[in-house]
Amino acid sequence: MNLDFTPEELAFRDEVRGFVRSHLPRELSLKVIEHKRLSKDDYLVWQRILHGRGWSAPSWPRAFGGPGWNAVQRHIFDEECAAAGAPPIIAFGVYMVGPVIIAFGSPAQQAKYLPRILSSEDWWCQGYSEPGSGSDLASLKTRAERRGDTYVVNGQKTWTTLAQYADMMFCLVRTGAGGKKQEGISFLLIDMRSPGVSVRPIITLDGEHEVNEVWLENVEVPVENLVGEEGRGWTYAKFLLSHERSGIAGVSRSKRELAWLKHIAASETDGGHRLIDNPRFRDKISRVEIELMALEITNLRVLAAEREGKPPGAEASILKIKGTEIQQSLTELMMEAVGPYALPHLPLSWGDHWLGEHVGPAYAAPLAARYFNYRKVSIYGGSNEIQRNIVAQQILGL
Amino acid sequence: MDFDFTQEQLLLQDSVRKFLEKNYDFDTRREIVAARQGFGPMAWQGLASLGLLGVNVPESHGGFGGGGVETMIVMEAFGRHLVVEPWVASAVMGTSCIVTAGTDDQRNYLLPLMASGEMKLACAFLEPGGRYDLSRVATTARLEGGFWHISGSKAVVVHGAVADLLIVSARTAGQPGDAEGISLFFVNPGEEGVEGREFPLYDGTRAVEASFHDVRVSSDSLIGVQDQGLPLVELVVDRAIAALCAEAVGCMQALMERTTEYLKTRQQFGVPIGRFQALQHRMVDMLVHTEQARSMAMLAALRVESPDAAQRRKAVSAAKELIGRAGRFVGQQAVQLHGGMGMTEELDVGHYVKRLQAIDTQFGDADWHLDRFVAAEAAAPLPDFSRPRSKWKKL
Ligand SMILES: Cc1cc2nc3c(=O)[nH]c(=O)nc-3n(C[C@H](O)[C@H](O)[C@H](O)COP(=O)(O)OP(=O)(O)OC[C@H]3O[C@@H](n4cnc5c(N)ncnc54)[C@H](O)[C@@H]3O)c2cc1C
Repeated sequence: MNLDFTPEELAFRDEVRGFVRSHLPRELSLKVIEHKRLSKDDYLVWQRILHGRGWSAPSWPRAFGGPGWNAVQRHIFDEECAAAGAPPIIAFGVYMVGPVIIAFGSPAQQAKYLPRILSSEDWWCQGYSEPGSGSDLASLKTRAERRGDTYVVNGQKTWTTLAQYADMMFCLVRTGAGGKKQEGISFLLIDMRSPGVSVRPIITLDGEHEVNEVWLENVEVPVENLVGEEGRGWTYAKFLLSHERSGIAGVSRSKRELAWLKHIAASETDGGHRLIDNPRFRDKISRVEIELMALEITNLRVLAAEREGKPPGAEASILKIKGTEIQQSLTELMMEAVGPYALPHLPLSWGDHWLGEHVGPAYAAPLAARYFNYRKVSIYGGSNEIQRNIVAQQILGL
Repeated sequence: MDFDFTQEQLLLQDSVRKFLEKNYDFDTRREIVAARQGFGPMAWQGLASLGLLGVNVPESHGGFGGGGVETMIVMEAFGRHLVVEPWVASAVMGTSCIVTAGTDDQRNYLLPLMASGEMKLACAFLEPGGRYDLSRVATTARLEGGFWHISGSKAVVVHGAVADLLIVSARTAGQPGDAEGISLFFVNPGEEGVEGREFPLYDGTRAVEASFHDVRVSSDSLIGVQDQGLPLVELVVDRAIAALCAEAVGCMQALMERTTEYLKTRQQFGVPIGRFQALQHRMVDMLVHTEQARSMAMLAALRVESPDAAQRRKAVSAAKELIGRAGRFVGQQAVQLHGGMGMTEELDVGHYVKRLQAIDTQFGDADWHLDRFVAAEAAAPLPDFSRPRSKWKKL
């Protein structure tokens, strides 16, 4: 047993580190580290820089334009990017629909969509959830009726993250009736500019516009946009959910947030001393840090198994539960750290072009909003209750 | 022991509830929050005409003559309706400051105006970098030529912009952190040298960062005893905390009702999600937290009246600590059990959650009050378990 990277892995890490250090724009990394609002362009700038180096889709095989890295290399890449304050790779194209098209798409779909994901020409969004179908996704009602060479799609998707930026949506639709509810679901690729698609914002409790309702009214989708076989969409969706497990724990980003938390706690004063020297607060930081150290190793254990070719399993649920709990604790502690200056809510002050004065320290401005926003991480991507059900059934056999 | 309200208190409860049901639904509140003033002049006048602005004003000055329990009754109802009016600032803090330490002139002039709604007060106690420490006062006041000259800055003064009069803590002796040497002053925000920057808080209320540049106020602007202002500040803040504890209980109760209802109606996997035992148990934990919070809000409401400052401090900090944690738990779980819907601005659930979080932060969070509780405990004698000395000699 050995926790250290091999010499090859270390060399790889240095290569990634060197690249990130010399190519990640300073202002962009500051925006990320200081929790400023990222624009669509901010994501795209970094994505294009990575594309220039052939690294824009870390998990893809070489044959499709990826770097062909193994799980440990991907982890190292993640670590280096997060530590430096790179914007996260938007998952929808690279980590979600891309692998599905690689595994199940037609050669024509692969030729058409994959290069556009690599180069960020298309921004994808995920059209799974519906008002009546969240945890019980298989009950979805959006219908696609085949008429000649097209599907006519009717229904409503909701909680669609950043659909306002999207060019394309991968969508679960019902094509057949009867049988089990998991049967009769198909996986469609829908052009967001098609007539009949409308996107309406949902404002979240932090006041931000991140999610949307997507209404589909008689949207015509060419049959060639069906991925794989009709009625097999559930299988592909499950493949997608279990794919790319390394990111789910969010260890790398949490490490950066932990560092920022310490920075804040060292900058705040409490009774004339640094807050970080208050044992009550320091203990709380240390507890999260210890949990994070454990999760990092748990994550590496899963990665090592993946590198040996062990098929994905319910361990991902463990990573998701603990990872999101840690992320939420970190946002909570940052908010606590700034005391009364967590209260002011000036959303413009963490956006672009803010020239005004801050109320209290600049780092305090976005912290409460961020705390409220991060309540989402235990809800989306399969709620933590659903993850616990999975562990109970699949690992404990209950 | 008696947990029942008096006939008068029941009437008070009934009138505040009915008023809010009629005049303060969630949409009205939304408009008030969005409007420029940051409070509802109509609602404020309504509260005045019901006598609710004088709940803590003695009967001798035309008020209700109430105290902690009456404040609790009002605030619990305010919590349910997410009221953003400057009631705690003016009708609890400002009022109790004047009632406790004001001169006859100050009382006779101010209390009737406050009870009638013509005048609102706000308290400026905290300072930048001072966190929740009421003794960390760097703002100075010096007496010169028959006037007090006040200089310094105050942090996150809730409702500061709508106040007609501010109560400002300033140092007349000593150093920031000293218990002695703090005095309280009335400052008219229109006075030359007073500057304020207004901003919203995430819970929909407004606050200001205020600064005072050699502001001149008359010598009779001093409230209470010079240099001995800290105990008064603490008393006033403890009253505000007891009020906020009751408000938190109102918020939690509202979240309990909404979440229980949601669990009964939201269907997934062909059944109401309330059928899932994992969620049932979570709701039970939320209920236990809410009931514990309710008990502590009662304790705070009663003990805040105690003439024994140590007993008062211990009870109020215990309540704030428990309610800070309970409010967070209930809020977080209410969002979680509502799934995506809980994350929306549209649903009132998130607004209760934000208010509960703000309550935890205001006047010291759970950790802060744990420290204050420990300090109060440290002064008390330890339990004595030493055995009576044996009568028998060892052989
Ligand atoms: C910010 C945000 C972004 C999102 N982005 C996207 C996106 O881009 N694309 C997309 O398709 N979806 C997205 N989602 C939707 C997300 O996947 C769903 O919110 C999630 O699946 C939960 O569904 P729901 O909201 O309908 O809650 P419900 O399923 O109604 O759940 C309500 C509560 O019941 C619990 N529950 C449900 N079933 C059980 C059970 N069997 N046992 C125990 N507890 C149970 C849940 O855990 C939850 O606490 C997003 C959601 C959020 C909040």
